[in-house]
Amino acid sequence: METLYLIFIDPFVQMVVEPAFLVEVLIGGLTSGIMYSLVALGFVLIFKASGIFNFAQGIFVLFAALNFVGLMDLGVHPILAFVITIGIMTALAFVVDRLVLRPLVNQDPIILFMATIGIAFFLEGFGETLWGGDVRPVRVGIPDAALFWELGFGEVLVQSADLFAGVIAAFLVTVLALFFHFTPVGRALRAVADDHQAALSVGIPLNNIWVIVWAVAGFVALAAGIMWGAKLGVQFALSTIALKALPVLILGGFTSIPGAIIGGLIVGAGEKLFENYWGVPLLGGATEDWFAYIVAMIFLFFRPQGLFGEKIIERV
Amino acid sequence: MLYREAGQYKTSYSADQAMLTIPLDRWFVFALTAFAIIGVPLLASEYLMGSILIPVLILSIAALGLNILTGYCGQLSLGTGAFMAAGAYLAYKIATNIVWLPIWVVIPLAGLCAAAIGIAFGLPSLRIKGFYLAVATLAAQFFLLWLFVKVPWFVNDSISGVPPAPPRSVFGFQVTGAAAGNEAKYLFVLAFVIALAWIARNLARSRIGRSWMAIRDMDIAAELVGIRPLPTKLSAFAISSFFCGVAGALWALCYINSVEPTAFDINRSFQVLFMVIVGGLGSVLGSFLGAAFIFLLPILLNSAPGWIGYSVASDTITHIEFMLFGVLIIFFLIVEPHGLARLWQIAKEKLRLWPFPY
Repeated sequence: METLYLIFIDPFVQMVVEPAFLVEVLIGGLTSGIMYSLVALGFVLIFKASGIFNFAQGIFVLFAALNFVGLMDLGVHPILAFVITIGIMTALAFVVDRLVLRPLVNQDPIILFMATIGIAFFLEGFGETLWGGDVRPVRVGIPDAALFWELGFGEVLVQSADLFAGVIAAFLVTVLALFFHFTPVGRALRAVADDHQAALSVGIPLNNIWVIVWAVAGFVALAAGIMWGAKLGVQFALSTIALKALPVLILGGFTSIPGAIIGGLIVGAGEKLFENYWGVPLLGGATEDWFAYIVAMIFLFFRPQGLFGEKIIERV
Repeated sequence: MLYREAGQYKTSYSADQAMLTIPLDRWFVFALTAFAIIGVPLLASEYLMGSILIPVLILSIAALGLNILTGYCGQLSLGTGAFMAAGAYLAYKIATNIVWLPIWVVIPLAGLCAAAIGIAFGLPSLRIKGFYLAVATLAAQFFLLWLFVKVPWFVNDSISGVPPAPPRSVFGFQVTGAAAGNEAKYLFVLAFVIALAWIARNLARSRIGRSWMAIRDMDIAAELVGIRPLPTKLSAFAISSFFCGVAGALWALCYINSVEPTAFDINRSFQVLFMVIVGGLGSVLGSFLGAAFIFLLPILLNSAPGWIGYSVASDTITHIEFMLFGVLIIFFLIVEPHGLARLWQIAKEKLRLWPFPY
């Protein structure tokens, strides 16, 4: 009886009694959710355009951030470092396309998926060989101060870097949405995503499209990497945190950009809420490790296409 | 090649259905097994047996398990480490709580527990496939490890959370725990390897193995010809988890001599997946070749610079190892998706005609 009380009533009572804490937990969750969203966004871009599930997206985030920080440590101006890193990610997209994707054309998606695991391992080793395995802080002038918001029911502590990350993410999504809707390349990408053969028949060159899409995903990875790095420092733990993007995708749907964003926010906020109100008092904490995956798994039973996904998954 | 298949007549159905139909093949396998049982303990050094042969053999069992699931049944799993952990923790729990039970019963029992857990996490495979399933198995990986760390019941409320393996004996020889001799441990592990490899080989060519392969190759067609997906997929999950559970139990009790969660984290899952890919998807021999290759490669990389009189920092070696693994995975997927086992087969076919290829 007491357990039931602790599960079903007590957390909600606490939420009502201490709304300021609830808001802080929510904000903390949403900011980590933004990071999941950005990684998931990279996944969705590539999946939409080529049907490839890019396991290496998490490493892309890390690799981009490592290059950026490494260049800055060499004394390169941040803006120049940013441009060079975009160049590196584009080159990487090209190499991946030529060396990995081309030879594997027409293979099972599962084979391509395993190939991207190979890419992930290669890049992890390559990045470390180039820049070393230390934790590196990112200093790009993102303001980092604790702000206190006076709300009607109490004071709420907010990190300005988190707010900044939120603004950047919103900006990035807007830019991508505009890119996809109003530029010729963006339209071509959407056409390819809809139907490869139809896109080919109206004269869209598939050859370059894949490189472009991987490069755009690299750009998103760079943005995510810089923000993540500013918060936690660039470190190799990032790549395992990035695995969380997988449940985000299942929640949001594999083909939906808004789905990736909203799924990330739901996962981020959900796991923080669960950890603080159920995990720590009842389960001994550290539930963040698995909460997202279990939710995704339950979700798969009832709505396999995700919240915003387009089509129902082929089922047997 | 030393032998030809020509002239090897089979005159009975049982001869035709034998596991190894060619006498010389059969004798070769018998000789190899006999050598592994008698020759290796006599000849091999302590280091070779304790630090190389035992882990390679144990990982071969895990690779066999994953190969059943991924290679034969086509269901990708990233939760191998968790199923190994289930075997390890439950073997410890059973061995310490039912003391009179012989250890060679405890380990298969732990495997059965792992199989039950595998079925539970295999249930989503009925509705989803491909990388959706990979996410479901990731859930198993993270959730199970968390569970084993957080619930002290599994380690009998041990304060450190990393209890040492209980010492147990078979025929008067201690086979588990730190005090056991490497020969005894090796033979104990080898017994499991031989039994499980024999089971896997026969499962793969039996009715159940053929239905796995049908599901893998085209699930809809398989269903149309009368293979029920539900029992087929779940049996693959169960048997695969059984193998992984046994491997995990042996790993904890006979190799690292303690039950610790870090031995079964996500990296272990990837390591076993690599073994299966490099060794050969859907091949028993490939599981062994892959396990040996992936386990020995880092050791070779670590000692190779020393042989040519050149020293490299150990973290550089780790990075190179990562890069090499990545390249190897991609290389094998592109060039030879059936892995080392297929290369071996090709070599055999070439040699069969050599030196007169016409």
